[in-house]
Amino acid sequence: MTKSILIVDDEPNIVISLEYIMKNAGFNVVVAYDGEEALEKVKENVPDLVILDVMMPKLDGFEVCKRIRENPAWKSVRIVMLTAKGRDSEREKGLSFGADDYLTKPFSTRDILQRVKEILAQTAKEE
Amino acid sequence: MLQGWIIVGVAFVYLCILFAIAYWGDKRSDEKRSIISNPYIYTLSIAVYCTSWTFYGSVGRAASAGVGFLPIYLGPTLTFIIAWFVLRKIIRISKVNRITSIADFIASRYGKSSYLGGLVTIIAVVGIMPYISLQLRAVSTSFTVLSQYPDIVMPEKLGSVSVFADTAFYVSLFLAAFAILFGTRHIDASEHHEGMVAAIAFESVIKLLAFLAIGIFVTFGIYDGFGDIFSRAQASENLEKLFTIEGAGGYSSWASLTLLSMAAIIFLPRQFQVTVVECVNEAHLRKAAWLFPLYLFLINIFVLPIAFGGLLRFPGGSVNADTFVLTLPMVEHYEGLALFAFIGGLSAATGMIIVATVALSTMVSNDLVMPVLLRLEWLRLSERSDLTGLILSIRRTTIALVLLLGYVYVRLIGESYALVSIGLVSFTAAAQFAPAIIAGIFWKGASRAGAVAGLGAGFMVWAYTLLVPSFARSGWLPESFLSDGPFGITILKPYALFWLEGLDPISHALFWTMVFNIGLLLILSLITSQSVVERSQAVQFVDIFRETSGGLRIWRGSATILEIKQLLARFIGRRRMETSFEKIEQTLERNLPDDSLAGVDVVSIAERQLAGAIGAASARIMVATVVREEMHDIDEMMEILDEASQVIEYSRQLEEKSNQLQIATDDLKAANTRLQELDKLKDGFVSTVSHELRTPLTSIRSFSEIIYDNAEMPKEQEREFLGIIVKESERLSRLIDDILDIAKMESGKLEWQMKVLDPKQVIEEALAATAGLFRQNDKVRLLTDLPDDLPSICVDSDRLVQVLVNLISNAVKFCDTIDGKVWITAKAEKANLQVSVRDNGIGIAPQEHKKVFERFQQVGNPMTEKPKGTGLGLPICVEIIRHFDGEIWVDSQLGNGATFSFYIPLAPDINLSNSDRFSH
Repeated sequence: MTKSILIVDDEPNIVISLEYIMKNAGFNVVVAYDGEEALEKVKENVPDLVILDVMMPKLDGFEVCKRIRENPAWKSVRIVMLTAKGRDSEREKGLSFGADDYLTKPFSTRDILQRVKEILAQTAKEE
Repeated sequence: MLQGWIIVGVAFVYLCILFAIAYWGDKRSDEKRSIISNPYIYTLSIAVYCTSWTFYGSVGRAASAGVGFLPIYLGPTLTFIIAWFVLRKIIRISKVNRITSIADFIASRYGKSSYLGGLVTIIAVVGIMPYISLQLRAVSTSFTVLSQYPDIVMPEKLGSVSVFADTAFYVSLFLAAFAILFGTRHIDASEHHEGMVAAIAFESVIKLLAFLAIGIFVTFGIYDGFGDIFSRAQASENLEKLFTIEGAGGYSSWASLTLLSMAAIIFLPRQFQVTVVECVNEAHLRKAAWLFPLYLFLINIFVLPIAFGGLLRFPGGSVNADTFVLTLPMVEHYEGLALFAFIGGLSAATGMIIVATVALSTMVSNDLVMPVLLRLEWLRLSERSDLTGLILSIRRTTIALVLLLGYVYVRLIGESYALVSIGLVSFTAAAQFAPAIIAGIFWKGASRAGAVAGLGAGFMVWAYTLLVPSFARSGWLPESFLSDGPFGITILKPYALFWLEGLDPISHALFWTMVFNIGLLLILSLITSQSVVERSQAVQFVDIFRETSGGLRIWRGSATILEIKQLLARFIGRRRMETSFEKIEQTLERNLPDDSLAGVDVVSIAERQLAGAIGAASARIMVATVVREEMHDIDEMMEILDEASQVIEYSRQLEEKSNQLQIATDDLKAANTRLQELDKLKDGFVSTVSHELRTPLTSIRSFSEIIYDNAEMPKEQEREFLGIIVKESERLSRLIDDILDIAKMESGKLEWQMKVLDPKQVIEEALAATAGLFRQNDKVRLLTDLPDDLPSICVDSDRLVQVLVNLISNAVKFCDTIDGKVWITAKAEKANLQVSVRDNGIGIAPQEHKKVFERFQQVGNPMTEKPKGTGLGLPICVEIIRHFDGEIWVDSQLGNGATFSFYIPLAPDINLSNSDRFSH
């Protein structure tokens, strides 16, 4: 079964690049450009994994992460956070909100694909 | 037959008895079984007032002036009647302050002034010297007369004798020895010379008995009682006038003599010595107040009978009336009685000489020599550990010198002057002390300057009107000096100063000395101010009966008990010092350890103790050497007050400073908080900047990797991705430019090329730069309203263009997507140029107005396809416009477009007019 991925970032070009990579790797891809839109997309169709930018207008990535984790129905959703802020404190914060992984911009496309695949494979094993 | 040797022998025996009594008196005193501590001995000692001048001279004066001798005894009687008011006060003051002499008293009253003490001493020595001479001469005269027995020969007729044949010389030696032995036994001059006083009292008994014996002999032996003598005298034509006041020299003379002797009984140095210094118990004064007048009455009762008897017995003036006391028994061949009379005269003379020399020696040593010696630093006296020997030597030398001078004076002045005149000259000198003392104990306002001037002037007038004339009379000065005045200046005639005629010389001198003395004392006291010490002494003296604590003393400085003890020991000896300190501890009821600080009470007592030895003035100098920094005068007190006020001022300043410091601290805290905020902001800025840089970098990297990894990607898609990479790279460059710009502006490193420019040119330049935007986007129209005659502004052209380009490109970016319009207007308003850039886009909500000017705050829909800004455009505009002293703002409602406006002050007038000239 094809895994679905939700990509959330306010930078259209980053969304485009991630969308291309993930589609190319064979995932179903949905995109959102801010936090609120991201939550709506999750409600419409719960994705297997969310690639979530932290710095966004309206709801920021941490808030979105928190909301997803608050809903038991979305328990299976994996979250990979992206941030342009490279600080360790940010990373800790993201992980404490329940993110599964945390990547710093600018990231390597190969790297992020690798991580996404690993996380999803792990989920498959647990199931 | 009265051989010379018999007279000498009897006199010698008499003097030996004096020595014995004095020795006994001192011994009893040492055993604390005083023989003089009773009012009778006290009264008899005061009777030292009656000298050989009384003994021989009263009769002489009565013989020439009748009752004219009486004022000399009336005065003291009057003084003793009011003794309770004046004398008692002087005694109390002297006891409390351990006064050693009249000079000490005056010096002490007027601020312990050593100069004043010295002045008084000089007046006393000069004034009393003739008086001592008078006594010596009386002794030698009486001896000469007596030794001619049974003949009655006046000494003038015998010619002068050599010094070594002169009785006066040997008497001087004897008396010097006596005075040295019994007058300078101990150092503490304020302690009683009990032996001396006992001897003096004995002498007073002898002279009284002798005189009474002669009187009784003359009155009842030669004649038949008082009635007989007086009726015979009245019968004689020559003697009749002696019964009237006119015969006694007139009322003025009476009055002045009474006043003089009133003063003399207290203020003659020897009277001050016996009455005040030697007074054992103040209560004795009560009895002495009537006993002494009684003594005077007794010793005077036979004066007139003897005078009349003599005048009747020796008619024609062949015999000097001054010798009647001696010659009357001689002529009647009562040799024993004559000898007794001689001894009586001798006792009167010696008593006076002894007390006078002791008093003078104390004054000379304490108020003249010691203060000078103590001030002579090269002598290093204040460092010597024991000065008692030195002080005693000074006193002894002084006694010898005074007697020697007295003797020399006798030899020089010779016989030219009647006894009574010399006595009155001394009285007048002593009277000079009266104003300073009387004013000093009743009037706190009497000041040192007044006392010095009064005493000095009184003394000089005294010397001019009495002493100098005595030289003239002795033939040392020409007679014309007296009759015509010096160099014929009649206004300066010594006996008629300022043409004051008609008074006898003594009354005349008394009048003028008192005019100057009292006048200057009053005037200067009223116009000069007192020092602190003076003031405290004045209060202590005047309020002596009110004050028991010993007076107020303004004081600062410190000395340890040990230092005070060492000081005392040096002057009064270690043993006596220890005894006095035991007493001090008892009085103060506390222990005084050596290393503790001596309080003002201890120092005051110690100073008084010391004053008893060396006088108040010297004591003050010595105490000042140990107790540093004693306050001396008002100036110094003012200094201290100044210091105090300075301290207050300093503390006020300190408080102010501390307030300022507090404010500064608060400011610093605020600044620090601000810095921390700024630091946070900077951190935030750095982190934001890094975020903003990472974002385009992320796209660039991602697409580069995608293209690299997907070689078989369709060409079309590859171009699209490469386009993104190019755009993001451009964005990155812009971002870096903007960041550098704003950093430079903030740090002030940006170079500004300020020039006076025509705003229209600048705006057109900006329009040219943005023309491409409008060409690319044909849905946006540009509308301008730029007047031709805009006044000049002073700006950096490139920077202003940057602002305008920024505003215009924003407007283009955010204006209506279908029918976009951008308006640019410029106008001069007041002293400013105002430029506005308006668009018809979606507008900005009012709550966002401020935010748009903040860094990295992008307002609006991120979903537009237009290239994203750096988030630094408007903040840079703010910095630039601010640098031009202008302001930038936005007016907008959501949905109604936005107007970004700024104003810039116009260039100064001179440039304006220049530009005017160019434009017209």
